[in-house]
Amino acid sequence: MIPAAFDYLAPTSVEDALAALAEHGDDAKIIAGGQSLLPVLRMRLNAPEVLIDLGKIDSLRGIRDDGDAIVIGAMTPHSVVGSDPLVAEHAALISKAVEHLADAQIRHRGTFGGALAHADPAGDLGGPAVALGAQFVIQGAGGTRTVGADDFFVDLFETAIGDDEILTEVRIPKHTGWGARHEKFVRIVHQWPIVAVAATVRVDGGTIAEARIGMANMGSTPVRARAVEEALAGQPATEDAVRAAAERADEGTNPPSDLNGDADYRRHLSRVLTRRAVLAAAGA
Amino acid sequence: MTRITLTVDGAQVSDDVEPRMLLVQYLREKLGKTGTVIGCDTSNCGACTVHLNGTSVKSCNVLAVQADGAEVTTIEGLAEDGRLHPVQEAFRECHGLQCGFCTPGMIMQSVDLLKENPNPSEEEIRLGLEGNLCRCTGYHNIVRAVQHAAGQAVTS
Amino acid sequence: MTATVDQVEREIGRDRRRKEDQRLITGRTRWTDNLTLPGMLHLAMVRSPFAHATITSVDTSAAKTAPNVVAVYSGADFGDELGVCINAWPITPDQVAPTHSPMPSDRVAFAGEVVAVVVARSAAEARDAAELVDVEYDVLPAALDLKEAAADTVLAHPDLGTNKSALWVFDSGEAGTGAPVEDAIAKARTDGIVIEREYRQQRLIPAFMEPRSVVVDPTGEQYVMYSATQIPHILRFALAATTGVSESKIRVIAPDVGGGFGGKLQVTPEEWIAWAVGRRLGKPVKYTETRSESLLSAHHGRDQWQKLTLSAEKDGTVTGLKVELLADLGAYVAIVGGGVPVLGAFMFNAIYKFPAYHFSVQTVLTNKTWTDAYRGAGRPEATYAIERLMDELAAEVGVDPIAIREKNWIKHDEFPFTTVAGLEYDSGNYEAATARAKEMIGYDELRAEQMARRASGDKVQLGIGVSTFTEMCGLAPSRVLGTLDYGAGGWEHASVRMLATGKVEVVTGASAHGQGHETAFSQIVADRLGVAFEDVEVLHGDTQVAPKGLDTYGSRSLVVGGEALVKAADKVIEKAKPIAAHLLEASADDLEFANGRFSVRGTDQGMAMAEVALATFAAHNLPDGVEASLDSDATYDPVNFNFPHGTHLCAMEVDTETGELKMRKYVCCDDIGNIINPLIVSGQVHGGLVQGIAQALWEEAVYDDSGTLVSGSFVDYLLPTAADTISFEVDHTTSPSLTNTLGTKGVGEAGTIASTPAVVNAVVDAVRHLGVNDIQMPCTPERVWRAIQDGGSGGATTEAAQPHFDEAEGAGA
Repeated sequence: MIPAAFDYLAPTSVEDALAALAEHGDDAKIIAGGQSLLPVLRMRLNAPEVLIDLGKIDSLRGIRDDGDAIVIGAMTPHSVVGSDPLVAEHAALISKAVEHLADAQIRHRGTFGGALAHADPAGDLGGPAVALGAQFVIQGAGGTRTVGADDFFVDLFETAIGDDEILTEVRIPKHTGWGARHEKFVRIVHQWPIVAVAATVRVDGGTIAEARIGMANMGSTPVRARAVEEALAGQPATEDAVRAAAERADEGTNPPSDLNGDADYRRHLSRVLTRRAVLAAAGA
Repeated sequence: MTRITLTVDGAQVSDDVEPRMLLVQYLREKLGKTGTVIGCDTSNCGACTVHLNGTSVKSCNVLAVQADGAEVTTIEGLAEDGRLHPVQEAFRECHGLQCGFCTPGMIMQSVDLLKENPNPSEEEIRLGLEGNLCRCTGYHNIVRAVQHAAGQAVTS
Repeated sequence: MTATVDQVEREIGRDRRRKEDQRLITGRTRWTDNLTLPGMLHLAMVRSPFAHATITSVDTSAAKTAPNVVAVYSGADFGDELGVCINAWPITPDQVAPTHSPMPSDRVAFAGEVVAVVVARSAAEARDAAELVDVEYDVLPAALDLKEAAADTVLAHPDLGTNKSALWVFDSGEAGTGAPVEDAIAKARTDGIVIEREYRQQRLIPAFMEPRSVVVDPTGEQYVMYSATQIPHILRFALAATTGVSESKIRVIAPDVGGGFGGKLQVTPEEWIAWAVGRRLGKPVKYTETRSESLLSAHHGRDQWQKLTLSAEKDGTVTGLKVELLADLGAYVAIVGGGVPVLGAFMFNAIYKFPAYHFSVQTVLTNKTWTDAYRGAGRPEATYAIERLMDELAAEVGVDPIAIREKNWIKHDEFPFTTVAGLEYDSGNYEAATARAKEMIGYDELRAEQMARRASGDKVQLGIGVSTFTEMCGLAPSRVLGTLDYGAGGWEHASVRMLATGKVEVVTGASAHGQGHETAFSQIVADRLGVAFEDVEVLHGDTQVAPKGLDTYGSRSLVVGGEALVKAADKVIEKAKPIAAHLLEASADDLEFANGRFSVRGTDQGMAMAEVALATFAAHNLPDGVEASLDSDATYDPVNFNFPHGTHLCAMEVDTETGELKMRKYVCCDDIGNIINPLIVSGQVHGGLVQGIAQALWEEAVYDDSGTLVSGSFVDYLLPTAADTISFEVDHTTSPSLTNTLGTKGVGEAGTIASTPAVVNAVVDAVRHLGVNDIQMPCTPERVWRAIQDGGSGGATTEAAQPHFDEAEGAGA
């Protein structure tokens, strides 16, 4: 319950944070909202020598409209994202996923960028991020680069963020007018999802024009259900059509087996939840 | 050691703390605010819930140094001028507690919940308290207490 | 005058708000971990990561040199002064039990066992130094699976030569309480019905909200132990018995205790280690466990295999029940330990008139955390088994589950009734409670909806679960405990002290940890002595304040402790009477006592109890030979158990596509005799229900094949939240108990006992038409889904947890 001792730095600019990272290298760990990191430290699963807190960098907080995208600062708390009208209008899938992320206290403190950078494949935001084609803006000493969602998640708890880099913001391409549904399947509500399916759908005259689907806990990273997306394009938004397409939800996935369900069960769930999520998102 | 200065339950305090000290440990060990308790090590139970700058947080999941300059309210600062907060009153009225260990966190979260949603449905109350575990009450009377505090008619 | 007296409102039966709450809702609490004493040192435990291993070396040198470390000890540093953890209930004379050192020096027998303790000036520094203790182990094969352990495939304690601890048997043929069960089964095999099933009672963790904590203060004449315990008196006795300190030099205090549910009915290694360290160093010490440590090392509950054979006539009249249990003790025989299944032995026949009954339990040692009492202790297991079987019998006969119960239960006019297990049930009315429960849930309408959903092949099916129950509570008549070889009696003690100001101090040997004794006991005494509820102060939980007692468990506090209070209060009245008579210049025979007042029959002369108390305190004018005290004690030994009962009904929706369960409604009608405080009773029922429902649906302590507890945190040991549960409908019928003055029956465990089978019966009922007749607990969505797929009971739990708090790289969320 008591972390090992560490030094604490609270830089007020990204540049200072990067300099601290450069100075302390592997000994340092970034803390954003800390809602996953602090349990790790308390249980002494990790013991960094230096903690670099991004909490005092005001530029990392906030949500803005940037033309074809909504830009969410990495240090924006979940509770702010969840109640933001811009996000609700242009990236409804995010709003819906955040609504049931962890619990109220953790949503007050935990941050949008922190959760994504933690890259827990069972996390609530990974599915929506890949579904919406989020762009991750990463800053290092050499400048800023942008990585697409498909390349951002590398493996279990591993992202494209380099050891000397910081995730500063996430750009969510606008999906204005798209229907959205986040189907999170749990045994008890404050669990990580056994499987979650995030679907957003653009319906045009009763036909599914486009569908984007991301899934949590179906592999070591959040995954897109591309086969379903392709199968859905141009299909009527009907139970039968969606059911047929959703049968392909687990194609190319590699779900884990654990206390809450084995891989086969997760595959089954992914198909059922995909059908339900798409139908709901399509308003069918 | 790092010097921190903050306001806790209306009083300004200032201490040198190790950066690793959790806010809950600071409250309990440095300030003697033992009304706030520790129930788990994974941030599931919510027993340590306090208000940090007006919103609920789990004080095991915040470092004391991160509370520098902040305003913290604990269960011990909820009553004003010796008058119980309506949510405290409601927990007693509706028998929303038994052993009382989860109660400080449960009350602090309920206050936060009602601030954000003054007239919640039963489902909204239950979801709003999902980060707080209770082993005694089966939650039934906790939900009643929140409804009572919200001024809703309460059945047994 | 008389008129006003008659208007005094009786306290018993009122929904008084609790006296305890003012401090609990304002954070003015005294949890053990809140205590800070001058110079107090802090302990951190070093625990074995292995389930079974020889300790080859413990190197404490690095830890000893760490900042502010005062001492580091391993088991080898203590001799007999460390004492042992005791088993108070050897269930058979030849029970095999390993010696349980609080900190073994040679061999560890479960993952989590303490091998060394670090003492430092702060808890943080103690933890830091604990990381530096270097323990080397030779890993031994571990006995983990209960059935394999029962076959002695691998030995949990090689020197014992067997894992089989004790075989305890009850046979109605031998006991003369019924016929031989084998005859009944043989007959049923030819011309009746035989139901044979095997049920699993999964391992559970009590998971009280307050982690255990202990403070030892050796600086006064008495050594003081503060502990988050349910049993301060038993703890004091055990410390004296095993550590060589005179009982008179030991004071145990259970301050505010945050829940127990049986989980704090234990004498623990951590308490014994703190005791030894405190005494060795002569300084106050504190140890508070983390939640992970608590889940790992505080005792677990349940963990049985139940092999069951029920025989019946073709019309569903039960002719016999045979129960063969395997019970997992874990690595050591805990304080009650093997006695837990024995507490269930008398309850498998439940509310029914079975003519033949046989029960056996084989207790088995394994290399897992020790097991002991968890809410219900033995009775939930028994109730689960029989109530599941009655549903199976109903299905076999083709009748409604309630009809099969009605055919077999004891009718209300058949009380008192001596059961096939040899207990005498004093009162009850199963017909009335069942009728009320059916009305509350709308039973017939739900059955109609169920038929409609089945007929239409709805993806969401509806099940209605039925569970009746009775239990034996109020542990316990001492002579019965004696015949069962339990190590203590079952009495309870109380004192009533009349203060000069007319206030009343009540001292009870029961030790509350959330039950509301201060309130309920005040109501009882207020009525008995005719004093104001507010004027009664209830003191407990400190062996120097309440020197005599047997503590709180087994739904005993009210029915045993409450009766002791009544008897002590009556003695106060008896002592006051001659004094009042003297002061009123009347004959004691002419006095009557009512509503707190002695009156002289046929006159308007009288005197309040408070006035007598003041006069007694002044002692200026007492009758000759009468002592100047009204204070009275009573020790009450119950004449019988008491037998609450009830009918619980649960409506459950099952999503057949995913196996997801949604509880729609839960109603119960419990008969717990007369009720002292309906508000407190409702709380006990609600909380009990959720714990029982949680066994049915969510909770399971899972070990992997190396003996590591996989569900070792609240991430993986699933306690339900407010959002996972529903509001309940609770009602009562009343058949007063005939064996105590107040007519009360225990209620602490009722909800837990009845709800588990009600829920599982509901789930099975929803999908029985799909070929399912059992689903193993906890009924996870995956198990339900699999059962629907293949008709099995859903298979074993995958023994792996998913990491969420990982040490891997990446910024913290």
